[in-house]
Amino acid sequence: MADFFLHTIVGLIILTFLKALALIVPLLILVAYLTYAERKVLAAVQLRKGPNVVGWFGLLQPFADALKMIFKETIIPAGANRVLFVLAPMITFGLAILAWAVIPVNDGWGIADINVGILYLFAISSLGVYGIIIAGWASNSKYAFLGALRSAAQMVSYEVSMGFVMVSVLLCVGSLNLNDIVLAQRNIWFFIPLFPMFIVFFVSTLAETNRSPFDLPEGESEIVAGFFVEYSAMAFALFYLGEYANMILMSALTTILFLGGWLGPFGWTWLPGPIWFILKILFCLFVFLWVRATFPRYRYDQLMRLGWKVFLPASLGWLVLTAGVLLATGWVPHVSS
Amino acid sequence: MAFLDRTARTLLLGELVEGLALTLRYFFRPKATINYPYEKGPISPRFKGEHALRRYPNGEERCIACKLCEAICPAQAITIEAEPRADGSRRTTRYDIDMTKCIYCDLCEEACPVDAIVQGPNFEFATETREELMYDKAKLLSNGDRWETEIARRLELDAPYR
Repeated sequence: MADFFLHTIVGLIILTFLKALALIVPLLILVAYLTYAERKVLAAVQLRKGPNVVGWFGLLQPFADALKMIFKETIIPAGANRVLFVLAPMITFGLAILAWAVIPVNDGWGIADINVGILYLFAISSLGVYGIIIAGWASNSKYAFLGALRSAAQMVSYEVSMGFVMVSVLLCVGSLNLNDIVLAQRNIWFFIPLFPMFIVFFVSTLAETNRSPFDLPEGESEIVAGFFVEYSAMAFALFYLGEYANMILMSALTTILFLGGWLGPFGWTWLPGPIWFILKILFCLFVFLWVRATFPRYRYDQLMRLGWKVFLPASLGWLVLTAGVLLATGWVPHVSS
Repeated sequence: MAFLDRTARTLLLGELVEGLALTLRYFFRPKATINYPYEKGPISPRFKGEHALRRYPNGEERCIACKLCEAICPAQAITIEAEPRADGSRRTTRYDIDMTKCIYCDLCEEACPVDAIVQGPNFEFATETREELMYDKAKLLSNGDRWETEIARRLELDAPYR
């Protein structure tokens, strides 16, 4: 039986399919409950109760929302490009799910354990902007187009500093493999030696996922709902779910790069690796929601200033500093693989 | 010194951390909202809600058709027609309040010499059609019968201030 799964093409395909299913089903449930958690956290900060009517403590609320979305009509505007209009939400949601192929939940548990894992993630998250641009353009609406332009500019700006932060982590690891990145943190999680970069990276992920306080592409008080004004029903839901799936993905990336992945703190092993991984992701997600509850939206020029005139020089400087320290102390890592 | 102070604050994200700490404190505070349809907030004895026509304890209606309420009503929401009854007492044959015109000012209650028309504590009388809000005498009297204990208590509590 093990022979069939590991050594025949059909077996490998079935095995990979099952692995993907085992990852995606909990992921989608987490996405559903993230929408619930967001409403609960925002409510608690504003001294409200949040959804509490559907099911115990409102726990069935995400499913009630999903049912409602499914039964709505998908309206395609008369001037829209029909093919691209329908394609855009699929791209956004698909890419958010696709990136999970390389995320190692435990030692060697990544579905695709490839040696350029971090580049793959970076490429996929950069492609995410296409879904948004296509949506904004295909809608044939001013607000949607403005939102798409803002989003494109914003994601491009913040990916640069994110890239430099990632490079400074990679310098400390000596490998692009996500598994090796986590294993390199056995002695010390990278958020301690690279703390300023950790902050820069986290703020950049906020901008990258279009979350508050950088939610200018949506900007409901200025451009209605930004790039998805014209969307309704499941197409709208796919954008919505894609945003939350991206939040989870970015939390996973933060966990892998800075918070030691599946490794327990202080070398603790009394909880299995995947549990630590999930707990760390949940912590990051809470910070996402906490930040949303605290800060008002940036002005657009401030957003660009922060990206190009603060984060870019800071991350570049820290990159040079990291490289210099590694070279001077002879700590440059050598991974043989 | 001021420059150093400001730079240090900016670099250490002082204000941002303060803000986050504040929202985290609020996160753990008890909720200010209540579970509305199941729990309700307290209302003042002076609360001006849905109208009701009251009766004397022996079941006789209080209203003597003096039409003071109709006269004072700033929204002209009240319509009264009156005729002497068979026993010679003066009573209304028609007492309508258009609840869509009413501005809930309580002047009708203040004008009433016999405490007949009052505004009770009920505020949950939304309807599905406009017609249901054209209250007639029967509706107002049934309101009075339904809310009499609350209305009496309310009048008693508010009496020292009138």
